[in-house]
Amino acid sequence: MIPRLPFSLLLMVGLAAIFVPLPVPSTVPQERTFRIEARQFAFSPSELKVNVGDTITLKLVSMDVVHGLYVDGYGISVQADPGQTQTLTFTARKPGSFRLRCSATCGAMHPFMIGKLTVGENHWLLRSLVLAGLAVLGVLGQPILKA
Amino acid sequence: MTKIELTRHPLLKSFLKSRYPQLAVFVLVLAGFVFAIVAGLIGTPVGSRNFSIVFVWIAWWAILILVAVPFFGRGWCAVCPIPLPGEWLQRGAVLDPPGKKPGWLNRRWPRIFRNIWLQNIAFLFLALFSSVLLTTPSLTGIVLAIMLLAATALSTVFERRAFCRYLCPVGGFIGIYAKIAPLELRIKDKDICARCKDKPCYHGSPAGYGCPWDVFPGGMTTNTYCGLCLECLRTCPYDNIAVNLRPFCRDLVKPSNRLDEAFKAFIMLGSALVYAGVLLGPWGMLKDAAYHVGTLAWFTYAAGFLAFIFIILPGLFFLCLMRAQNSLSMKQRFTSLSRALIPLGLMFWVAFSLSFVLTNASYTLATLSDPLGLGWNLFGTAGIPWQPVGTSILAPAQTLALVVGLIGSARTAQKAAYEAGVSTFPVIIYCLGLTVIMLWLLI
Repeated sequence: MIPRLPFSLLLMVGLAAIFVPLPVPSTVPQERTFRIEARQFAFSPSELKVNVGDTITLKLVSMDVVHGLYVDGYGISVQADPGQTQTLTFTARKPGSFRLRCSATCGAMHPFMIGKLTVGENHWLLRSLVLAGLAVLGVLGQPILKA
Repeated sequence: MTKIELTRHPLLKSFLKSRYPQLAVFVLVLAGFVFAIVAGLIGTPVGSRNFSIVFVWIAWWAILILVAVPFFGRGWCAVCPIPLPGEWLQRGAVLDPPGKKPGWLNRRWPRIFRNIWLQNIAFLFLALFSSVLLTTPSLTGIVLAIMLLAATALSTVFERRAFCRYLCPVGGFIGIYAKIAPLELRIKDKDICARCKDKPCYHGSPAGYGCPWDVFPGGMTTNTYCGLCLECLRTCPYDNIAVNLRPFCRDLVKPSNRLDEAFKAFIMLGSALVYAGVLLGPWGMLKDAAYHVGTLAWFTYAAGFLAFIFIILPGLFFLCLMRAQNSLSMKQRFTSLSRALIPLGLMFWVAFSLSFVLTNASYTLATLSDPLGLGWNLFGTAGIPWQPVGTSILAPAQTLALVVGLIGSARTAQKAAYEAGVSTFPVIIYCLGLTVIMLWLLI
């Protein structure tokens, strides 16, 4: 039997899980270049991982039709015609996980042409996991509902 | 928290009893539905520029899963246009009951199919083709037309709303998730129903039609099969029907022993996980497999999808229930505990839908001005470019939804496990494990 945890304690830990700043490993900012091949309906590579502060250059190469690349959270995009390479350079200042989306209608599955950019650690995922764990702990300490 | 009877307010009650407001919504939604079919069939094949895709799979879906189901249960069924033409034919009237009923066959639905297995199959059938369905206007148009025609044809052969109750692929999951909604239609006093001889709520009267959903309100204990059509509110001669506000998840404290409903919970939970991985994940190979229907890759995907839903998810759940302290059969334990998956399942769908609805919502403005993709600009919004909205709040909103769903499921599991004589712990860990996977897929 798990002891009943005070709601105030759960709330405080929950709020801490959401708002307490997590340590960001100090790394020397680098300049990193990725060649991303876009074809219906995937990016290759589809997952990128960089450090906070890195200067990123994405070289988008369209392999079939017109494709775009929009970076969630950063609100920047680039578009490439078939066979062409277009470049997008930015500094990855915001940590977290961001979706890369095709921004040019490229065919049926276009809305689901998605990649992933992780800058530093995916802190929000860690926070979410703590919140889920806290939710379970909180419920296990509660009395059973009656009909 | 106790219930609040909304129909106690005379103005609201008259509004709900009147057929005209409902008819006005029906006509509007039916017009939109028929236009979606037409747009799908004759409009541009580019999904993100076609009314049928944008207004069915983005706008309607967002309203359904983010608002209608969680807050109004079967509220959508109350205004759904699909059964309307058939119902009007069956009744021989659009508004009040006519003096003479039309001579349709009016048969009872076969006993063997009086469950939601056909709805489960219909949903899965569409789910396996969903990558094509969600992105191909002509296919969406054809599926919508088939649903309209099937509902109409069935109304001429079977009594009441046979399509809605037993076949609609959407109605099945709305029904089980309606148990969560803080809105219900119930009788006020059981004794009044017991003394009532004619049961006009079920059989109909000059004041209104018998329950189109084949439900006797006097025996109704959950929202699952009540379509909120409000006919019983109109027909009850004793003013014994109430529409109440109530706490969320109220129906989930009551046990269920239906295997069809139990598997519906697994189907919905599993589908949300698969969609999150396939449609929103970065894995192009999975998208290719799901889209290229008929290829070996698609058959592998379909087999994996079905195995996940019918073997892996229920199999792991089964293992959670192995050790019991009473004489309940495994089937009883399985069906009773599976209701714990309902809040989590709904919130999986909310979290999944938030992602593609927020990122694709801007298509609705452009499509409103040019619904067929023919170069029109009716409201001056056709040129609005695609732009994701609210992506900064997406992850927190998804976390909130999933954690709320987990709490709802864990609370329901506590109650159900206590009744079934099994430990709560494995079921809650099962729910937590699935939540962790969904968080990893989405965030």
